[in-house]
Amino acid sequence: MTITAGSDSKTHGKNTSGLVLEGVTLRLGDGDSTVTALDDVNLTVAPGELVAVVGPSGAGKSSLLAVAGALTAPDTGTVRVNEHELTGLSKRAQARFRRENIGFVFQSGNLLAALTAVDQLRMAAHIAGGREQRDPRELLQAVGMGDKANRRPHQLSGGERQRVGIARALMLKPSVLLVDEPTAALDRKRSHEVVRLLAEETEQANVATMMVTHDHDVLEYCDRTLEMMDGRLSN
Amino acid sequence: MFLAMRELWFARSRFGLMGSVVALISVLMVLLSGLSSGLVEDGVSGLQRLPVDGFAFDEETEVGSAFSRSLVDEEQAQQWSDRPDVEEAALFGNLLVNARSDKDVPVDLALFGVEEDSFLAPEAAEGEGLGKDDGLVVSQSAIEEGIAIGDVLSVERLGTELEVVGALEDKHTYGHVDVAYLPLHTWQEIYSGAQPGQEVGPEAYTVATAVALRAASDTEIDHAAGDSAAQTMSLTLEESFAASPGYSAETSTLNLIQAFLYAISALVIGAFFTVWTIQRKHELAVLRAMGASTGYLMRDGLAQALAILVVFCGLGLGVGIGVGSLITGTGMPFLLETSAITTAAVLLIVLGLLGALAAIVRISSVDPLTALGGRR
Repeated sequence: MTITAGSDSKTHGKNTSGLVLEGVTLRLGDGDSTVTALDDVNLTVAPGELVAVVGPSGAGKSSLLAVAGALTAPDTGTVRVNEHELTGLSKRAQARFRRENIGFVFQSGNLLAALTAVDQLRMAAHIAGGREQRDPRELLQAVGMGDKANRRPHQLSGGERQRVGIARALMLKPSVLLVDEPTAALDRKRSHEVVRLLAEETEQANVATMMVTHDHDVLEYCDRTLEMMDGRLSN
Repeated sequence: MFLAMRELWFARSRFGLMGSVVALISVLMVLLSGLSSGLVEDGVSGLQRLPVDGFAFDEETEVGSAFSRSLVDEEQAQQWSDRPDVEEAALFGNLLVNARSDKDVPVDLALFGVEEDSFLAPEAAEGEGLGKDDGLVVSQSAIEEGIAIGDVLSVERLGTELEVVGALEDKHTYGHVDVAYLPLHTWQEIYSGAQPGQEVGPEAYTVATAVALRAASDTEIDHAAGDSAAQTMSLTLEESFAASPGYSAETSTLNLIQAFLYAISALVIGAFFTVWTIQRKHELAVLRAMGASTGYLMRDGLAQALAILVVFCGLGLGVGIGVGSLITGTGMPFLLETSAITTAAVLLIVLGLLGALAAIVRISSVDPLTALGGRR
């Protein structure tokens, strides 16, 4: 096993750390009906940088998240997180890599219905063998949810759920934060709050953040914006 | 266990509903097991408490009617007792009769005729043992039903009078009827149908229902060899239970019901966890995307099933044992046996876990990719 997680292996400042995709191609489907979801994608997200990827539905944004997040192996090209090669990992090694290096923020939070906000964060630590990288209550405080730590998802608003989702993703100090349409279920004001929070946390936690969105309204908080169209990424 | 226990609490009404089905099945299981043990006790406890490893019946008899139809003689008993693998062999008479006590209490009795000096002779806990020609040693259950030591019982239709001289310590019954031991020659007279004072031919004193066999220590009786030498059909003690009236029918019916209950319980749990797992598919996908391994999620699910099963089976067993102890001693054949109840509890839990496992393996097919995009 060549994967070692943790901040000590990070090499801050060098442009090879963070998330690197080189010549990534992904075809979906089989036989006659293959669709090229990602077509020679090259992308680097440095630690502390928030990169937005915009584009219409079906442009390949979800595939980009899946490949960057070790959920899907690309057909060609390489994906590296802090110099660790992701391509060629087994399913089991992928899962391990995800829990140690990658934080996901899902649409509408995707919190677990049975858990209180603070337990959502503890759950992330529990999956990774119980090691708490950050104090869950402090982290909730940092995302402005300190006073609602004991509420369950159904007692929270959409924006609040998304804040807890962000805190959960940051719980294990990931190197890469992958964010899937964080504002899809939010009104304008809440959208701004959530993306501003993402930008702050990206900088503070020095994490390489890639956010997929259709919401052009929130791009002002992002360091860079890339556009995706038919599986191709352009500036 | 982190998520499992929190989910149990969060969805407590759903889990409680399923759990109460498990609890009710456990109650039923205890009651059925009690009834089953009670019927066995009522049917064959008189045989179980004999110091016997097997019986040899006449070779023509069928198992189902062996105790009522078979007739063996002294020669066959001798053949058996000469065998090296048989420690002792003795004639054993078994006859169901109706009798009436001198206080006009009607009683049904299983008359066990044994030689007073054989290994079959019972030990009386109260009164005297076998000795008097017309002396009976009766089961403790007969005493509980109103027969007292000193009572004279007359066998209906024959008029033979027998005196209760002693009582056994435990309940000895055969075919749901109390056992009464009596000297073999008296048994032979009653069996021949002789009225009191009537002359009985000498050949009547050579027969009995079966040869009771006791194996030499640390050996098993070679039934086939013994049967061909003595021209008998021999059974082990357990096999001979099937010759008790109604025994096979009762036990097979109850065993069938119990088997169905085990299956129902496993299916209820399997069905519940199938729906539960499908309901949580999206959450499971999220957990897998977060890096939870299949093993982690399966362990969590099984822990949840185990917790539910243990709690609700325990609850059901408690209620069942409570109800059971109220039933015990009411005349209904009912006996709570620790071993039977433990077996039932273990089987319910193990089969329940298997049912849950069949549902929970679906976790391995949940694709973490489905966590991306909107809720589906």
